[in-house]
Amino acid sequence: MKVVLKNLTKRFPSRDKKHPEDVIAVNDFDFTIPDGKLIGLLGPSGCGKSTTLNLISGLEKPTKGQIFFGDDDVTKLPPENRGIGLVFQNYALYPHLTVRGNILFPLQNLKGSAKMSKQDMEAAALKAAKLVQIDNLMERKPAELSGGQQQRVAIARALVKMPKVLLLDEPLSNLDARLRLQTREEIRRIQKETGITTIFVTHDQEEAMSICDEIVVMKDGVVHQIGKPQEVYDNPKNLFVAKFLGTPPINVFKGKVKDGGLYIGDEKVLDAEGVRDGDVYAAIRPEGFKPDDNGAFSLDLERIEVMGRDISVIAHHEACENVDIRAIISSEYVIDTRREKVRCGLNPRKVFIFDDKTEERLF
Amino acid sequence: MESTFKSNLKAWLYLLPALVFLGVFMIYPLVDVFIYSFEEGYNSASQTSFGTGIYNYSYVLHDPYFLQALKNTLILVAITVPTSTILSLLISLGLNKITKLKELFQTVYFLPYVTNTLAVGLVFMILFKKTAYTDGLVNLLITAFGGKSVDFIEGPYWAKMMVLCIYTIWIVMPFKVLVLTSSLASVNPIYYSAARVDGTSNTRIFFRITLPMISPMIFYLVITGFIGAFKAYSDAVALFGTDLNVAEMNTIVGYVYDMLYGDSGGYPSYASAAAIILFTIVLTITVINLLVRNKSNLVQK
Repeated sequence: MKVVLKNLTKRFPSRDKKHPEDVIAVNDFDFTIPDGKLIGLLGPSGCGKSTTLNLISGLEKPTKGQIFFGDDDVTKLPPENRGIGLVFQNYALYPHLTVRGNILFPLQNLKGSAKMSKQDMEAAALKAAKLVQIDNLMERKPAELSGGQQQRVAIARALVKMPKVLLLDEPLSNLDARLRLQTREEIRRIQKETGITTIFVTHDQEEAMSICDEIVVMKDGVVHQIGKPQEVYDNPKNLFVAKFLGTPPINVFKGKVKDGGLYIGDEKVLDAEGVRDGDVYAAIRPEGFKPDDNGAFSLDLERIEVMGRDISVIAHHEACENVDIRAIISSEYVIDTRREKVRCGLNPRKVFIFDDKTEERLF
Repeated sequence: MESTFKSNLKAWLYLLPALVFLGVFMIYPLVDVFIYSFEEGYNSASQTSFGTGIYNYSYVLHDPYFLQALKNTLILVAITVPTSTILSLLISLGLNKITKLKELFQTVYFLPYVTNTLAVGLVFMILFKKTAYTDGLVNLLITAFGGKSVDFIEGPYWAKMMVLCIYTIWIVMPFKVLVLTSSLASVNPIYYSAARVDGTSNTRIFFRITLPMISPMIFYLVITGFIGAFKAYSDAVALFGTDLNVAEMNTIVGYVYDMLYGDSGGYPSYASAAAIILFTIVLTITVINLLVRNKSNLVQK
């Protein structure tokens, strides 16, 4: 089931008397989520991604705009009639019910012709539990489960009615690092197995990049870029997207374009044909640096960190906006740490130039 | 070894003041009452008795005044505890739903708790008492609708019992409303969102989510409600005066008081026996309550 958002807007009335204007949590969203894909809504906290999810679920009513599931307008439908499964950030498992009781709960709500027999319900619950591999924990209470297991129960509960759309709100944020890695694979597997259109919200770009078919990068209620994770990473539309994606973060410099060349400090570091002259932001991915004694760019070397496969070079430059520059280079290179300066060349595919005012991409 | 002894000593030293008070004013009297209840014709002035046995219990259990008091107390408990708990729950649910004037209503419902008992008694007099000038507000209403005026204070048994029940419910409700409103407010709203997404009906949300989540507080209120109602006395006095036996409105605690200090008083042995019987009843009810609670915790799926 594809999900279409049309001019979707959500305003909240301001509670702050000094700033009486409405808070625009979601501003004019207009995009389509293709059928059977895993989509990540990605952005820093307060960007409106959870509100977007709540609008799709029906827990919040939009101020303006429409939501379609397939060809059906569901904007006015209450959540229970939309055919969605929702996994809450803190799972919201009913603490007084067992795992079985929790998974059965949505089925027991069915009324009229949709009503199921006891055996059918049990079978459906068991199937959902098997899918997330918790069928051996059915008689436990949520408090007796680990965070990861609770997460699985929440997913099973959301899946048991075979929803058309599965929504996950920050599904991994309450898990520890190792479990997070494992669970995100799990979410990917479950999504592939069921083929349900899945939308999940996260502030962790690594999470989104690793499992999503497409990511929607947003900030302050505005969509900044939509695309396949690699495309967005390789071709950020503006400075925010470039800064938000990637660990370690991209290195941003204040620079200048003159006669088709990019200058950082006094050095011409890169050819930039066709870019207008004037002040710009130059952003270089950590992997965009190549140590080269004849390279055009010189940095003040601070220290290096060896990580086995790679070396992380930490350096400084007066024009750099970040606290320090991080460059990731292959461990084949040998850096003499006694030197104060290190010279390097740049990989043009890893360098982006942005307008200094609009922060839109120029190169 | 010595240091643990020392720290133990220190701990006991800190506990000493409280222990002394509890011992002198709680534990010693409790034990004493238990002993008196088996001593026939104990005289507190001469500190003598005729002998030990279960005569006191036999006397009390055959005393028509005690049986009347027992019956009154049981009726009072059976009516007021469930009624006040259910009413408080309904009021709290309502208070939890509204946003406008919520504080005002909360204050209004809490007012009886801080109102002086005598003032409350006066209000009930205006509502129910017949005087030379008026039949009371409730009677005015009854006659306005074509009914027959009833003497609620000195009239038939059921009318007096009804007034006592209303009075008791009205007195105990504010605290229950307060406790239930706060426990309802402490239920995480995420559960209601989850239930809405799952298409749960309002009744089912109430019985399957809200009620189980606040059930510890309800059990607390029911248990303390039972204990409080069994100990009722001052309410009856406020409405019907001190001669409760004549009014047929005596309670067990009232009977104990009468046996000690009333006009027919001076019988600490009978009073002790009645007090022990009351204690046994309250203990039994509380144990049953706790058993029910533990069981319902296990059964819930």
